[in-house]
Amino acid sequence: MSLEAPEPSTHTDVGVTETGLDYDVLESLLGELVIDRETHHNAEAFVVRPDRVADALSVLREEAGFDHCSCVTAQQYEDRYESIYHLKKYDDPTQEVGVVVPTSIHEPKSQSGSGVYRTADWHEREAYDLVGIEYDDHPDLRRILLPETWQGHPLSQNYDQERQQVVPLTEHANPLEEDHRGGTDTMFINIGPHHPATHGVLHLKTTLNGEQVADVESDIGYLHRCEEQICQQGTYRHQIMPYPDRWDYISAGLLNEWAYARAAEDLADIDVPEYAQIIRTMSAELCRIASHLLALGTFAIDVYGDFSAIFMYAFRDREVVQNILEDLTGQRMMFNYFRLGGVAWDLPEPREKFFEKTRDFLDELPTRLEEYHNLVSGNEVLQLRCVDTGILEPEVAKQYGCTGPVARGSGVDYDLRRDDPYGYYDRLDWDVVTEDGCDNYSRVLVRLREVEESAKIIDQCVNLLEEWPEDDRTIQSNVPRTLKPDPDTEIYRAVEGAKGELGIYIRSDGTDTPARFKIRSPCFSNLQALPEMAEGEYVPDLVAALGSLDIVLGEVDR
Amino acid sequence: MSSHNQDTTGAQTTQEARMGEGVDNRFNSKLREAFGSSPFILTKFDSFMNWVRGSSMFMLQFGIACCSIEMMHTYAVKHDLDRFGSGVPRASPRQADVIIVPGTIVSKFAPRMKRVYDQMPEPKFVVSMGSCTCSGGPFQEGYNVIKGAEEVIPCDIHVPGCPPRPEALIYGIVKLQERIANGETAPVTVKPYELEQFGDLEEDELVQHLADQIDEEDLVMRYNWAESP
Ligand code: SF4
Repeated sequence: MSLEAPEPSTHTDVGVTETGLDYDVLESLLGELVIDRETHHNAEAFVVRPDRVADALSVLREEAGFDHCSCVTAQQYEDRYESIYHLKKYDDPTQEVGVVVPTSIHEPKSQSGSGVYRTADWHEREAYDLVGIEYDDHPDLRRILLPETWQGHPLSQNYDQERQQVVPLTEHANPLEEDHRGGTDTMFINIGPHHPATHGVLHLKTTLNGEQVADVESDIGYLHRCEEQICQQGTYRHQIMPYPDRWDYISAGLLNEWAYARAAEDLADIDVPEYAQIIRTMSAELCRIASHLLALGTFAIDVYGDFSAIFMYAFRDREVVQNILEDLTGQRMMFNYFRLGGVAWDLPEPREKFFEKTRDFLDELPTRLEEYHNLVSGNEVLQLRCVDTGILEPEVAKQYGCTGPVARGSGVDYDLRRDDPYGYYDRLDWDVVTEDGCDNYSRVLVRLREVEESAKIIDQCVNLLEEWPEDDRTIQSNVPRTLKPDPDTEIYRAVEGAKGELGIYIRSDGTDTPARFKIRSPCFSNLQALPEMAEGEYVPDLVAALGSLDIVLGEVDR
Repeated sequence: MSSHNQDTTGAQTTQEARMGEGVDNRFNSKLREAFGSSPFILTKFDSFMNWVRGSSMFMLQFGIACCSIEMMHTYAVKHDLDRFGSGVPRASPRQADVIIVPGTIVSKFAPRMKRVYDQMPEPKFVVSMGSCTCSGGPFQEGYNVIKGAEEVIPCDIHVPGCPPRPEALIYGIVKLQERIANGETAPVTVKPYELEQFGDLEEDELVQHLADQIDEEDLVMRYNWAESP
């Protein structure tokens, strides 16, 4: 840190007390910016006038240390539109605050927060696209998920789904057409939406200067499956749970289910028996291993090209994990295993067999990991390609709201399993992995080392489960058949998904379906940081950077 | 037969030493022996071509959504689709015979998928994988979702499931290969979603409204959630 830089903020403890945040102190810090106050389930929220958003956000950021804008939720009420900025601290994510910005129903215009938090840029574009709020001084307010020519805003109240639409295919610009952006001789090139290196249907509009990336812009929305709309139509108890499996579909299903389960359980005040928590913890970590292995395998494809040995090895091990999970849940990928208040059923009989199978996997894992380290992290070719490329500085990562292995690879020590404990994690012995390299290599290494930590967690859970007294194996608590949380309660809750902070915002209106269901996807925020990592690098490094972000488009587009 | 090649010194060339008398041993097989001294078969050219076509299929490396993860498992160890002569994923549509459509198709992607399909050389085949490509699956109600791949491109085989297990996908592909070898053709389906030039669209309110945003010559696809089956 240079000498001119401000002192490490001493303000981060404004309002921090032993028992949590003192919101009165924060309110007086904001002074006349606050026009009202709301209580959400997770935190207090300050209501701010639509033309003072940037001011309020920058006070909270600069003077109170809320450096993580985790999500922006937009929604429409009968009489107004509303955007909510969910703020947190990277150092302690249990310290949260909301900033609520109501705007008029006739002219939904509010000031943009993207000047304060870079990550708000994409979130606000999404809010504009789906709900229809316009943000003043937004650098680039276009549709982000739906095609540019779409009519209407689908999550606003009088949207007509039956209306006809016309979708253009204009992205077939001649890739060899010379493009003189920036004065120099540059070339514009489309990567995707169908391209083996984009990990699904992502479109990168890339401008090259020679072989270097001068500018890259991600065009997303090719897998926008209306997840939020569908969850808003489903009932809390059973109809929503199958969908989380399909957000981050790389076998991370249970981690996603947990995000919904946690939010809904906290909203409706449902307890989860301890025994079920252990099963949840164990199975979720199995999912994390499967997901990280796929990330590794596909990264190897990106860097080495073709279906290489590493890919095959990773899939061999994934098959084993999927087998275990299939024994437990009955499905290989779309588990639908968690229930509000517990899990669907107990471990498969005979239990010994299941434990044995899991243990066998864990016993073999160290040898496997050694193999991966030999092939990947110890490989000179890969190191040449990945060390010191795709740099993402920690401060930049925070600006973009990066979380998960991407943030941890930049030395940001942020893991919700430890920092905002849920499940059984706080009673187990494991470590949060960080690397300081900030490059493609560190991000891959973090994932590999996290597999080890997950294995530690699973091992302890298996021991606990094996010893658990037979008469105390409650897998679900009592949950009312139709769940109707109190009207006008709001909650934002997050868990550590495979890719980072996976948050859910739910507003209940007293019926058995949510009035607003918003998904904060880690990949969405992580992908936004791609230009920071790729610009100025060579094209192959762009591909490696994208691979090391480990995005999954189902979660980016939702 | 080898006498022409003998050089004047009388020494054997390596090739001759290898060949010995008659056909090289290495080319002998049970099948070859079965033909005995008249190594000819009589068949129709078309049947022969169909057999060849069905026995070696190049797949397009094409991933959309969740189903593509199971598709990758089908290519990878354990299931190893290559055993059936159809496990070579090609990155370019111009080199592929079969496209597996593994996932939900949304309005923004449909024209691009059509594009990719059009780029494949004839004869080409389509395996639609998963409920999403049969009907829109769990996302059928979505405002942005196309209710099945058949709305956009003709499909030869549907593999239901969400996602189908790798075994199911293999079964589907092997069935396709069988059908190709037997010379059965794909059903022709009605495709409500066509890719056409904007200028050719029938004039209506929406088209007039968009006229200043879209160029006459740009390709467009209509999307109509309500009327697609
Ligand atoms: S059928 Fe199921 S698994 Fe396949 S893409 Fe659709 S939702 Fe995903």
